[in-house]
Amino acid sequence: MTELLQQLINGLSLGAIYALIALGYTMVYGVLRFINFAHSDVFMVGAYIGFYLGPRLGAGTVWGGIATLAAAMAGSAVLGVVIEKLAYKPLRNRSNLTVLITAIGVSLFLQNAGQKILGANPRAFQFPVPGGGQQRLFPETQLHFRSLTISSNQVIVLAVSAVLLVALWWIVHRTRIGTAMRAMSFNATAASLVGINNDAVISFTFALGSALAGAGGVLYAMNYPSIDPLMGTLPGLKAFVAAVLGGIGNLPGAALGGMLIGLVETFVSGTRMSTYRDAIAFAILILILLFRPAGLLGKLRVEKV
Amino acid sequence: MKLPKSQIFLLVALLVAGGFSAFSGRIDPYILDVTLGVGIAITLASSLNLINGFTGQFSLGHAGFMAVGAYSSAMLTTTLGPKLGASAGVLQWVLFPASLLLGGLVAALAGLAVGAPSLRLKGDYLAIVTLGFGEIIKVILQNVDAVGGARGLVGIPDYTNLFWTFGVAAVTVYVVWALLNSTYGRGFLAVADDEVAAEAMGLNTTRYKITAFVVGSFFAGVAGGLYAHLKGYLNPGGFDFNKSIEIVVMVILGGMGRHVGVIVAAVLLAVLNETLRSFGDYRMILYSLLLILLMLTRPQGLFTWTPRKKSAA
Amino acid sequence: MFVPNRYFPPPISQLLGFSASPRLCGLSLRGFFGRSFFLGAVLALGVSWAGAAAEPIRIGEFSSLTGREAGLGQYTHMGVQMAVEEINAAGGVDGRPLLVLAEDTQSKAGEAATVVRKLITRDHVVAIVGEGASGRCLEGAPIAQRAGIPVVSPAATNPKVTEIGDCIFRVCFTDPFQGTVMAKFAHETLKVRRVGVLSDVASSYSLGLAGFFRQRCIVDGVELVGEQKFSGGDKDYRAQLTALKAARPDALFVPAYYGDAGLILLQARQLGLTVPVLGGDGFEAPELVQIAGAAADGAFFPVHFSTSDTSPRSRSFIARYTQRWNKAPTGVSALGYDALNLIADAIRRGKSAEPKAIRTALAGTTGFEGITGRIAMDSERNARKPASIVRVEGGQFRFLQSVAP
Repeated sequence: MTELLQQLINGLSLGAIYALIALGYTMVYGVLRFINFAHSDVFMVGAYIGFYLGPRLGAGTVWGGIATLAAAMAGSAVLGVVIEKLAYKPLRNRSNLTVLITAIGVSLFLQNAGQKILGANPRAFQFPVPGGGQQRLFPETQLHFRSLTISSNQVIVLAVSAVLLVALWWIVHRTRIGTAMRAMSFNATAASLVGINNDAVISFTFALGSALAGAGGVLYAMNYPSIDPLMGTLPGLKAFVAAVLGGIGNLPGAALGGMLIGLVETFVSGTRMSTYRDAIAFAILILILLFRPAGLLGKLRVEKV
Repeated sequence: MKLPKSQIFLLVALLVAGGFSAFSGRIDPYILDVTLGVGIAITLASSLNLINGFTGQFSLGHAGFMAVGAYSSAMLTTTLGPKLGASAGVLQWVLFPASLLLGGLVAALAGLAVGAPSLRLKGDYLAIVTLGFGEIIKVILQNVDAVGGARGLVGIPDYTNLFWTFGVAAVTVYVVWALLNSTYGRGFLAVADDEVAAEAMGLNTTRYKITAFVVGSFFAGVAGGLYAHLKGYLNPGGFDFNKSIEIVVMVILGGMGRHVGVIVAAVLLAVLNETLRSFGDYRMILYSLLLILLMLTRPQGLFTWTPRKKSAA
Repeated sequence: MFVPNRYFPPPISQLLGFSASPRLCGLSLRGFFGRSFFLGAVLALGVSWAGAAAEPIRIGEFSSLTGREAGLGQYTHMGVQMAVEEINAAGGVDGRPLLVLAEDTQSKAGEAATVVRKLITRDHVVAIVGEGASGRCLEGAPIAQRAGIPVVSPAATNPKVTEIGDCIFRVCFTDPFQGTVMAKFAHETLKVRRVGVLSDVASSYSLGLAGFFRQRCIVDGVELVGEQKFSGGDKDYRAQLTALKAARPDALFVPAYYGDAGLILLQARQLGLTVPVLGGDGFEAPELVQIAGAAADGAFFPVHFSTSDTSPRSRSFIARYTQRWNKAPTGVSALGYDALNLIADAIRRGKSAEPKAIRTALAGTTGFEGITGRIAMDSERNARKPASIVRVEGGQFRFLQSVAP
């Protein structure tokens, strides 16, 4: 029973990060109908921004940690918009598979330039204490409930993810730009006819999605304090799967998908079947898609002639 | 008439491959290695082109089918080869093609098993299922000790030569071309252009999709067999998501559903990858920048000069 | 295979101003564009290069300089690079300088075979220092074996590697040896009765090591209470560790590279799993302690070379290395250094830079004094040498005991 609860907590904190990344995939898909392969590398850049800016922003304290998180989100948002303007915008009226290739190109570029500039070796995501020694981004303690152990970092991951999800929901459903985003994902041509600036909405979407990826990167690095330029590929792939599982283009779906993938992975890992973990996760995904061809919360679009 | 012309093409290609193959002893082994890699890339790209380009489906699991073919073919030559006691020449000219055929058939079977239930999914959902299939294959191979598991399969004889590689490439291109230009094959394009309309016209779209999937997987499996006997070593890690992406890039860069464009793109990317090697750590950075640049300057596909009526996407 | 008069000026990457790269690269462009294309550039720049007196001896290197196992490749490469610089500064081998041509396998399957072919047929190397990762060594080495070019692997510990053929050597100990050593250490020194194993399903190194550890445990009557697997680069091992914790082991054996191992140590301690953790030689890197912090304390693992070794030879190596690269060496740097020096030594002993003579001389190595210990090749072409077991204390690797084969 203890083990089960412990695994539940482990799974939720992993799933929360997948959910943050999955939201970025799903938002871009919602407005542009293509999979932004570079998203997982924006996630990586977010972690590195945290790594380099952390010491200047007072990492190790609660406020310093929040400032670092905010800086990483801002930096990632800028990167996301720059990528969109340089690599995707010139192809706006082309098939979305064409954009897919530039996205793969951008992804490869960030990974390889990252290895050259930041070093290919894994780095420890921690910060020097002025008096000597090392500290984590947030002050860390282990919370014990009987034999259950929860790291304060896991709590922070869950809390920050929850706050960001609520903020995102508010932006999408309660602001003008959010309404414009929804309008555009419903019908881009009609949206521009009623005076919505499509380019502005797209840039905003990229900024928002990338900021979430940046936050995910910092949280991931904080929870698993080893960062390298290829760190985005695996969680990126899982988050991509999560986004599709939830129904791509659907925001609550992405969050749900992320949580599900995190939980499935964790529970399979803890059993004798751990060698087949990825295979089982994908098999479950395939089964779900066979019965719900548009994902868990997605709606099947009926093609009209 | 078009068909005889294409058969002449096939015959000439096979003869040229055979002719060059006779001199392969004189060719620098590194250049030979790269050239054979190019030939395998052509087979992979052309076979994926049938699925992704002509039929308009989006498969991200081509490396998985390639892995199935590579492992089955290598298992046949490594287990049966030594027992036959035949000379190396006989093995290379009799057992090896049989193993390629086996690799292709097993891969085609896998293609059928994956395709039949999942082809009612559309677009990105299909992409995810094929991606998932590729990953599942990789994980299973990592866990099966009989094929070396994570350590990899060692000691595969180096039977792959110019004749088999380019012979297979020519046959692949020919089959895809002939299939599409047959009366039956026009249906593939119809499915890609407008599935609803194709169905309304009475075409069994599911059957077309499955046919494309099975034929594509068959050749991916044969290409896998060639790859196994070129490298002499197989590791499940080599057939991951990135390998599938590599092949998808060739197809899209070549212009989705263009025969020659995709072949040239396959050659170009394979050669580019080797040429950039001398730039050391800058190799992949340059590769990625070139990829972006190529796509921005020629978004319709590198070698597409005349527009097709409707984009397959 | 070796063509003495075939010698080209500096690699194209350097001509084009990419000399920031720490390694030399071959001139592979010429194969595609024809030599005349570069003739002008070659003539123009060849003049300044003509200073070299003797024909250099060309030695190849293939390693994972980028990708997931870049740490392994880069540390090895720095050791190799330093060895070449020292040999050349001292006048080379029999008056001829060494030229190392390095190729990157990108930590990817499928690359090693191509780069080894390139090294042999385009660059005409006479010997190869090759790939510390066992999987990619298994891919590249058979090609060198067929061409009769000797390969010395710095750090591929999988037993299959030298079984490829009589041209393949290694300067490190093997997995059967270190697996047995660690199992014996757990049983005899730590008095472990119940042990849990956590290994990497995607790594031949990890699975092999886990297997040999397990075999010895069965012999010693140590009970295996739990076995879990992860996949390299996972980052979250809490699920496996939670399951292992429930099995109440006295110790954990974790054959993994330092990137994974650091996080495993950290998460094990966070989950309240405080039993000793034993590892393989892959633990050794400063990053282990940086990632795990205080959680690394109390981990045990075997090393090829201990930085707390106080012999004058080791201390001098550490000092020179630190000066050259601005960081402390790791075990694989020392192994890379030894691998190249062993080849140079074989060329001197065999009085020839022909691959066949180098192979024979390598096979006859009986008492090569390397930084990682005295190297003697056995009939299986494995270096027979002791392993040192270290314990992490306060972020330092403290030498505990040396175990002879």
